[in-house]
Amino acid sequence: MFYRETGQFKTSYAADMAIFPIRQDRIALWAVLAFAFIGVPLLASFQVWPFGGEYMLRAILIPFLILSLAAIGLNILTGYCGQLSLGSGAFMAIGAYSAYKFSTGVHIPLEIFSISIPPLPMLPSILLGALMSCLVGILFGIPSLRIKGLYLAVATLAAQFFFDWVFSRVKWFTNYTPSGSVAAPELNFFGFVVNSPVERYLLCLVFVTLFALMAKNLVRGSIGRQWMAIRDMDIAAELMGIRPLYAKLTAFAVSSFVMGVAGALWAFVYLGAWEPLAFNIDRSFQILFMVIIGGLGSILGSFLGAAFILILPILLDQVPQALGVPLTVETVSHLVFIVTGALICWLLIVEPHGFARLWSTAKEKLRLWPYPY
Amino acid sequence: MRSPSGPEIAAGEVLLSVEDVSLAFGGVKAVSGISFDIRKGEIRAIIGPNGAGKTSMLNIINGFYHPQQGRITFKGETRSKMRPHDAARGGIARTFQNVALFRGMTALDNIMAGRTLKMKRNLFWQVLRVGPALAEEVENRHKVEEIIDFLKIQDIRRVPVARLPYGLQKRVELGRALAMEPELLLLDEPMAGMNLEEKEDMSRFVLDVNDHFGTTVALIEHDMGVVMDLSDRVVVLDHGIKIADGTPDEVKTNQAVIDAYLGVAH
Repeated sequence: MFYRETGQFKTSYAADMAIFPIRQDRIALWAVLAFAFIGVPLLASFQVWPFGGEYMLRAILIPFLILSLAAIGLNILTGYCGQLSLGSGAFMAIGAYSAYKFSTGVHIPLEIFSISIPPLPMLPSILLGALMSCLVGILFGIPSLRIKGLYLAVATLAAQFFFDWVFSRVKWFTNYTPSGSVAAPELNFFGFVVNSPVERYLLCLVFVTLFALMAKNLVRGSIGRQWMAIRDMDIAAELMGIRPLYAKLTAFAVSSFVMGVAGALWAFVYLGAWEPLAFNIDRSFQILFMVIIGGLGSILGSFLGAAFILILPILLDQVPQALGVPLTVETVSHLVFIVTGALICWLLIVEPHGFARLWSTAKEKLRLWPYPY
Repeated sequence: MRSPSGPEIAAGEVLLSVEDVSLAFGGVKAVSGISFDIRKGEIRAIIGPNGAGKTSMLNIINGFYHPQQGRITFKGETRSKMRPHDAARGGIARTFQNVALFRGMTALDNIMAGRTLKMKRNLFWQVLRVGPALAEEVENRHKVEEIIDFLKIQDIRRVPVARLPYGLQKRVELGRALAMEPELLLLDEPMAGMNLEEKEDMSRFVLDVNDHFGTTVALIEHDMGVVMDLSDRVVVLDHGIKIADGTPDEVKTNQAVIDAYLGVAH
């Protein structure tokens, strides 16, 4: 009744190709953005429940934003281009450690190859770190030209284990700290030091908003259609002049760049101090589950999946407690596995496109409501 | 047979010719020593019983299979094999026997994907999607809308193709091939599995494409009525060998063709 596009006429193809061609959707988006950019910081500064204290920002919203970004990265590769990857953790780690090296100065004192870069400011460090991740992503994408599906997943799994090993064994990456754990440098952006939880939250929000917009632009443009064409029917795509080499490697490049940024943010903004374990195989699976549950081939799905995977354990912890039957930590973590696993099975059977598809089905129903068709 | 264009095409210039082309998969000879040509502006049918090597021939022409022997001359350039990318760039488009649409995409996106080669803006412009990148997208959308109007599929633009009925999928696939603005359009059984009405629609589209856009068409089809009505010249294959080549009337009365289709007493 309220969600109708009747009377909204478009007079140009540019308007027809907008991300949200329906006015109600645009209003909703601006409302969400306004709440995220203005509402949340205000509520937090006035200590309004549930934004009072640091818990909401530090433990829920910041990791939600960063993991959404990582999920967008994987969704480009797996959801849009159809290349299954289990190496998300590795690409995040490369982003994080490279950004760390660039921000603390890179010195390679070898005789045959000597390089010395002074410590760079924060933003170039993060972007260069992501670029490193992008280059490694292209390298590990090369096998995708020959192998597909599960076999490719195994190749990316090799990346995961290799970089786990590199960052825990090669001391150069951790600046020779005895424990192997490193601490993020000061988050100084053009003289403005990001410190409090609200500032950290806003920093992540800016990154995620920009990258989500750019990812959306890519997937609805020519390159996005090439990715989806390769995913859906690679032979037909090739005979239409789409080069599989270019399409697959750009998907790997863009995807690992985005995951590199997410990795750097995860390390610098969320963790602060971290060790290689932060980016192990569990992280890769966590992001893959987000993408599957949220919706393969959907930017919105990346956010929905990240929200679900992050909030599920918190709900399982808090709701029984509020009802007077507190669960132990072990029970909660087991329950998380059970629910996530069951949900993935259920989604794969009834709705392979995840929450994003459920959402668009709901919107279609809403357009007709209160009539059935 | 279409009488008006017949004589001029007979004298027309050759767009593509294959000479002495052979392709074998291990011991199976799919195509052996075949030569024929396709002239500019004609509708050329390739017919033959099942397993005659018709689809293999199309696959050779657009570079999906590489023949072990023979030459392919396209637009005056001779090579021993085509590459899919060169074929597409040179203006060869095709549809498939079993619909090969991008199932996860809408009809509109499928046809837009057909214009990939026309879109030159690089990744950085596409990320920003402003100025030239947006202009290019809109410009190509205009072309795609013309094709959508031509094929009368305006109402299914936004429908994911997996949800469309078979006849419409075939039509979207034709649209995707047309979006490439091809010089040579290869149609692999465009009417397979269609009812009479759908066949008539599709025949009309093929003729219109040929007339309005001047596209040269090579088609494989099993419905002899359709083949005889549409095509200017017919080449007949059997067991990978060319057994006849000529106008529909010539082919119809050829003894080797009759034997291949009806069988012959040994």
